[in-house]
Amino acid sequence: MTDGGALLVAKGLEKRYDVPVIEGVDLDLRPGECHALVGENGAGKTTLVKILSGLTPASGGAMTLDGAPYRPTDRTEATARGVRTVLQELVAVETLTVAESLFLEQWPHHWGWIDREALARESRPLLDRVGLQQVAPGQPMASLGIGQRQLVEIAAAIHRPCRLLLLDEPTAALTDAEAERLFEMLGELQAQGTALLYISHRLEEIRRLANRVTVLRDGRQVASKPTDAVSTEELIRLMVGRTVAEAVTRTTPSSDRPALRVRGLEAGPAVQNISFDLHWGEVLGFAGLVGAGRSETMRAVYGADTAVGGELRVDDDEDGQRFASPRQAVKRGIAMLGEDRHRQGLLGSLPVRVNVALASLGRLARRFGWMDRTAEQTAVDALIHRLRVKCTSAEQPIDRLSGGNQQKSLIARWLLREPRILIFDEPTRGIDAGARAEIHQLLAGLADSGSAVLLVSSDLRELTTLSDRIAVLSKGRLVATFKGPTFDPEAIMTAAFSSHVAPSAPPSPGRADHA
Amino acid sequence: MREGLSLVGVLVTLSLGFGLLSDAFLTSASLATIANQLPTALTLAVAMTLVLVAGEIDLSVGSVLAVSQGVLGVAMTQLGWSWPAAIAAGLTTGLLAGLVNGAIVVRWALPSFIVTLGMMEAARGGAYLVTGSRTQYIGTDIEWLADLSWLGLSAPFLAAVALVILAEVVLTRTVLGRQAIAIGTNEEAVRLAGVDTRRVKLTIFALSGLLAAVAGVMQVARLASADPNAGTGFELSAIAAAVIGGTRLMGGKGSAVNSSLGVVIMGVLATGLTQIGVQDPTKRLVTGGVIVLAVIADVYRQRWTAARRHQDLT
Repeated sequence: MTDGGALLVAKGLEKRYDVPVIEGVDLDLRPGECHALVGENGAGKTTLVKILSGLTPASGGAMTLDGAPYRPTDRTEATARGVRTVLQELVAVETLTVAESLFLEQWPHHWGWIDREALARESRPLLDRVGLQQVAPGQPMASLGIGQRQLVEIAAAIHRPCRLLLLDEPTAALTDAEAERLFEMLGELQAQGTALLYISHRLEEIRRLANRVTVLRDGRQVASKPTDAVSTEELIRLMVGRTVAEAVTRTTPSSDRPALRVRGLEAGPAVQNISFDLHWGEVLGFAGLVGAGRSETMRAVYGADTAVGGELRVDDDEDGQRFASPRQAVKRGIAMLGEDRHRQGLLGSLPVRVNVALASLGRLARRFGWMDRTAEQTAVDALIHRLRVKCTSAEQPIDRLSGGNQQKSLIARWLLREPRILIFDEPTRGIDAGARAEIHQLLAGLADSGSAVLLVSSDLRELTTLSDRIAVLSKGRLVATFKGPTFDPEAIMTAAFSSHVAPSAPPSPGRADHA
Repeated sequence: MREGLSLVGVLVTLSLGFGLLSDAFLTSASLATIANQLPTALTLAVAMTLVLVAGEIDLSVGSVLAVSQGVLGVAMTQLGWSWPAAIAAGLTTGLLAGLVNGAIVVRWALPSFIVTLGMMEAARGGAYLVTGSRTQYIGTDIEWLADLSWLGLSAPFLAAVALVILAEVVLTRTVLGRQAIAIGTNEEAVRLAGVDTRRVKLTIFALSGLLAAVAGVMQVARLASADPNAGTGFELSAIAAAVIGGTRLMGGKGSAVNSSLGVVIMGVLATGLTQIGVQDPTKRLVTGGVIVLAVIADVYRQRWTAARRHQDLT
């Protein structure tokens, strides 16, 4: 096939370790086109990106770039041919500054001495371009939130000539507004003739950005169609091979008895004088931009970070208190699923069984701290079954599971402990559509059965679907609370921006497009 | 389990090899030499395994061994204490040193490498202070302990084997062991799961100090004296044995049984090399090489199992 207009043509791409991970994948990308790649976790999308970006060689098939054979052996070679990649897993070096990270590939230097001035000078416009006006080039990467780091990575990828940009879940960690800025930027790149290969679980994004979409399932190409010619329902069906209910039904309204009363909580600049009530049987959503203090608020409530002011009451407590450690919170029946499951949840190399049992070891032990292996096995197996965690057995190391199944295992960890108040921070980030729907259903079920849930999410649709009420944080303050069952996404976004004042020219909230 | 078997394989190969090269090796005298040195080394390897599994390190075990036996020796020779009281004093000294290590590590969230490096110096100083820098000769008042035997096995050896088994049980069957392994894998995740990680780490360091003192008592019983210079460099041998036994220095993985096999391998290597006439400098060169080779072998073994797992997965 000789296609005069094509930038990249791939025929029969294959990657096998012991068994094929991807097989018989054909792609052709034209300059200025956005081609979406969808599929459940484990479908082979990331492997395909790794082949294109030179991180792993293909086992079979052939590629041409600009008509010339293309078979990159490492990332440098791909970069030299104008193929750039923003990976799903962030690889930030925490001790570097933002500017150093942007130019990691080649720092401006004189005879080995880093040219700090040039570094700062050249960084500024790049940061502005991705909407990071408030970030200073000299700031350490460690001080940035996960969404901001993602934007820095994107800025680093596009600051040089780029024929083809590969994006693996670029919006997973971004708020809607930040994603909006990213989309504008991608549009500019496309106008300059850059082709995009775009992976996302968010189908509305794909519908909006992509000209064509390729669906992978179990490593095989199931379909490749113009985006207009395929409905969202059909896409989902192609991806999962079964129909997934999008809507979540709640059966029981929340009670008016408070489960958690938080008053004047203070914890650094990200948590300023936060007060709210959570009721039994209620899902209270928390919306806000990245850096608005949502995760920080949850961590302060849970005792993961030390709160310096304010107090909270659980159930009908007379006296207010602050938790000095997660242990104290857990003892009061509170659980928290952290926003970053790798750092805050997973015991990567250990079996699913050990991961699930972690929070309930005391209950699974007999006298003298002797583990009751039978009780443990039975309890863990029951939860694996109930949450439909896909694993070969409870003894499989958890880092061999897909993201969705890892997350379900961590939820199982808490269900085993039977908490009454659950904090879910970004529970479906980077998780395939099937697992996402299951987690939504589960979360709704918990609230229906009387538990109280705090839900933080950057995905406004997730928040509006699940929440009874939505609290909006902006720059560390609680600026508004909306009551369901229906929510006005634009009003929520406006509230989220309310603390960001004019001088640094924030993106206009009116542009946010929530259907 | 598979790992334990391959260690046994290495051990058998080494023993047969030395047996072929030297007529003296597979004799009861040389095996007794190895066995005599084992209790102390086994006990320290157990201590080190517990600490390494939790993602920490204890460099002070050799010095804590010395200060504990110094206290024991002075109590018996100069204060005229009975042996049970003196041993209790020695063990308490070790326990306290371990508690201090643990308390400093958790209170200020410091790297245990630095904290226990400090304790390594401090406890050595303590050993010189209590003994007045002189070896305390105790004689038969303590020596009988090492001469006790059952089925031809000495009491310290049996005690060390019992400690290895106990530690293995703690690691695999108890809440403490489970929490230690989990902390070595991802401490923050364990803390967020509502586990009191500080208490677990404090317990582990206290156990390490106590076990170092136990090792000190064993050595005093064998030599019938307490030497303030005892235990120099033992912490490194203990780390080496644990690593040969497949313990991960970054934490989260380790077995007391495999570490003790590491101890025996090191012992066989040292004795065997001596008997085939290898001089000390060369011996150390070979030993160093073996430690590094063991770790490289472990890397390949892990890749191999990972490849097999991949097959299961897809």
